[in-house]
Amino acid sequence: MNWHAIKVIYKFEMLRTWNTLLQSIASPVISTSLYFVVFGAAIGSRIESVEGISYGAFIVPGLMMLSLLTQSISNASFGIYFPKFTGTIYEILSAPMSFVEVVIGYVGAAATKSLIIGFIILATAGLFVDLQIAHPIWMLSFLILTCITFALFGFIIGIWADNFEKLQLIPLLVITPLVFLGGSFYSVSMLPPAWQTVTLFNPVLYLISGFRWSFFEVADVSVGLSLSMILLFLAICLGIVWWMFKTGYKIRQ
Amino acid sequence: MQPIVSVSNLSKRYASGHQALDSVSLDIDKGEILALLGPNGAGKTTLISIICGIVTPTTGSVKVNGHDNASEYRKTRKMIGLVPQELTLGAFDTVWNTLCFSRGLHGHPPDPAHIEKTLRQLSLWEKRDSTLMTLSGGMKRRVLIGKALSHQPAILFLDEPTAGVDVELRKEMWALVNELRESGVTIILTTHYIEEAEEIADRIGVISDGRLLLVEEKSALMEKMGNKRLTIDLRQAITEVPPALAEYDLQLSDTGDQLTYTYDTRRERTGITALLQALNDTGLSLRDINTSQSSLEEIFVNLVSDS
Ligand SMILES: Nc1ncnc2c1ncn2[C@@H]1O[C@H](COP(=O)(O)OP(=O)(O)OP(=O)(O)O)[C@@H](O)[C@H]1O
Ligand SMILES: [Mg+2]
Repeated sequence: MNWHAIKVIYKFEMLRTWNTLLQSIASPVISTSLYFVVFGAAIGSRIESVEGISYGAFIVPGLMMLSLLTQSISNASFGIYFPKFTGTIYEILSAPMSFVEVVIGYVGAAATKSLIIGFIILATAGLFVDLQIAHPIWMLSFLILTCITFALFGFIIGIWADNFEKLQLIPLLVITPLVFLGGSFYSVSMLPPAWQTVTLFNPVLYLISGFRWSFFEVADVSVGLSLSMILLFLAICLGIVWWMFKTGYKIRQ
Repeated sequence: MQPIVSVSNLSKRYASGHQALDSVSLDIDKGEILALLGPNGAGKTTLISIICGIVTPTTGSVKVNGHDNASEYRKTRKMIGLVPQELTLGAFDTVWNTLCFSRGLHGHPPDPAHIEKTLRQLSLWEKRDSTLMTLSGGMKRRVLIGKALSHQPAILFLDEPTAGVDVELRKEMWALVNELRESGVTIILTTHYIEEAEEIADRIGVISDGRLLLVEEKSALMEKMGNKRLTIDLRQAITEVPPALAEYDLQLSDTGDQLTYTYDTRRERTGITALLQALNDTGLSLRDINTSQSSLEEIFVNLVSDS
């Protein structure tokens, strides 16, 4: 293992966050706070509680997921897209590193950033609502797995994208709708039966459901199923990254 | 001695269908300075990129210090420093950090003393805390060299190192290249300029259209260049060179009215006086004589246009 290489990539990526602190940390926290004010205070005062949990608290796991997913993807995709765009990727390609090491460096840094953002949001949420976490270990596991999986997914997008538009496309057009429709702000049982079935095809539902269970022990689907789904998605992303490096897809001519 | 880089039958066809390299074979000796000379689009950068692992060859193989550059890429890439042709640098990084980054990528632990030495060598020490986007083109070129030297490579590739570099810096650069060579580093550089190859290299390789036309010791090339031609125009065409002139190895033109004598200017005796005497003895009558010299440029142009 070329640990020195992993370390410098990780450090470089983390330093980039530090230099763009306002954009990378402050903005997700501010937008999440806004969600609390709008959804929690305005709507929450009318809904009162969902499945016995105050609405303000109920939406916390979904809001965290929304930030984690978009942040993991945008951090990781930008991290690898930028050197591709400027040409500095030549250095990575000619360095004595395997693709595993490259991925650990970039994806590790992106996942760390989202994890930090996740904790900040959790702390912010604590200011607005009364939170209790029933299964902290499960909560942490879901958090970490989600960060890693979606950072990997972002890495794939960063390699695939050959312009800035494509880079924004998936987070904007796919991820945000999936999170909103995946039960971030409601319980699936509140939907008409036909829509409940449709929602089951949304992979994000499983993430949010499992994550919410670790807080409140209420879930739309079983925890085991949630965990299996995220592991499946992780495996698929790993497979795609492995294939990309093996074939040199859009990286090595 | 085993060559430090051994390229065999390397071909590259890009996805666009363009054949950038056509079975190139080349051995590079440890400690030498090899200049790759060739026009735009010849395939110089492609060749370097394949050796460094940035581009995958269509066929053929590369060995670095006896290791295959595909199956044992960790060993081969660790030995190689690359200064790319384009000024590809990040924007917000500092000079110091970017050198440390390159060193780490190549698997070396941090070594501030070495980074400092490298920066001083390249007159970049004052700029160590500047962000890369605030540097001039010549400084960026030096930063790229610094990045390549940050991990103490045994082999250094310089892809057109003097593009956009002023005379002063060029001199400094050659001084540095010589210093590196003294310390045992093998250096491969590409250039469009013959004088540059002539000034710095031990051996010169000429590439055109994806083919390596020749690799020769610079001195051997210079020898060719040292030759002069004496052209003798005759009043009357002849059908063959008179036997009495056989020892001069004269070339008779197709028209039969021109003789060419090739001689080495650096020799004590060029044989011109004797030849003219002999010509006189055969009774041939001369209309004109003139001399010309083949420059490396000319050798090069001939090679490229013949291919
Ligand atoms: N990524 C690529 N895809 C398709 N064709 C390419 C690619 N890179 C280079 N080529 C082509 O391969 C040929 C060789 O290019 P290369 O960059 O190796 O030339 P070069 O000798 O370095 O030229 P120069 O002196 O201009 O730097 C050129 O015709 C170029 O257009
Ligand atoms: Mg080139």
